[in-house]
Amino acid sequence: MPTPTRGPRLGGSPDHQRLILANLATSLFEHGRITTTVAKAKRLRPLAERLVTFAKRGDLHARRQVMTTIRDKDVVHHLFAEIGPRFSERPGGYTRIVKIGPRKGDNAPMAVIELVEALTVAQEAVGEAERARGSRFARDRRTVAAAPAAEDDTTVAQAADSDDAADAEVDAPVDGEPDMDVEESASDEQAPYGDGSHAALEDGSMPKGFPIKGNENSKLYHVPDSPFYDRTDAEVWFADTDAAETAGFELPPSQQDDDSSAEESAQDTKG
Amino acid sequence: MAVPKRRKSRSNTHSRRSQWKATATTLAPCPNRACRQPKPPHIACHNCGQYDGRQVIAV
Repeated sequence: MPTPTRGPRLGGSPDHQRLILANLATSLFEHGRITTTVAKAKRLRPLAERLVTFAKRGDLHARRQVMTTIRDKDVVHHLFAEIGPRFSERPGGYTRIVKIGPRKGDNAPMAVIELVEALTVAQEAVGEAERARGSRFARDRRTVAAAPAAEDDTTVAQAADSDDAADAEVDAPVDGEPDMDVEESASDEQAPYGDGSHAALEDGSMPKGFPIKGNENSKLYHVPDSPFYDRTDAEVWFADTDAAETAGFELPPSQQDDDSSAEESAQDTKG
Repeated sequence: MAVPKRRKSRSNTHSRRSQWKATATTLAPCPNRACRQPKPPHIACHNCGQYDGRQVIAV
């Protein structure tokens, strides 16, 4: 007896299922990231990964085999020219499924399925050229480029959510931080966690007006008189502790005794 | 084909349905330290849009 296909059956007939999966794969390679139901995402993953493996092989036979599933030549070209080489070092596991909860209407559990690796600088340049030419693949380049910007927006939005944090942000410049106004207008690269933060300088020294060290790996921040301060290599610097808290950083657990109650009250007002 | 002989009383129907109970959704605080909102486990947070430290949903 042949082994049954893994996962739920989609559509009403084998033909319908084949077309659903082919269309999902086409959309995935065209956009790089699609939102669908969890069941469809789980069925799509093995098919999409097999197609990427064909793309890594890259010869004419592989291309014809992919063409039997993806009927769109533009998408197949994109897959072979860019997605395949992008995964040349990766031994499988080209897609990521993240569940995003039930859909309004029919309560179907939804998921985002996306290709895992971000674009390199060279591929970004190709994307720029294609955008200039008006190719439809320009769109997913823009979304990839916009992703870090979106994260910055999130930080700002969270700051707005919390009244306390927002007040702190307003108070900070008044408290004698003349550099703040200059930094607020700086680019996102300089302020990775929004206002009151500063990216690390190349020589590792302290940016003027940003004395608090932030460790991105542990998500902890260190004040200048902390025993951890000197041994920390800061990935990001903050103007004051409120800015660090707003960005999601914490004091080391051993130093949290004083601030914990104040922090909790801040959390309460947040909810 | 078997058919019911008697109509079920309202009392019987209600007694049977009194055992239909809703269960509370499992929630855990969002691991993003800036968020900490309750969210279902293994699902991206709807408040901050992050899952496993990665921005998944635009918020």
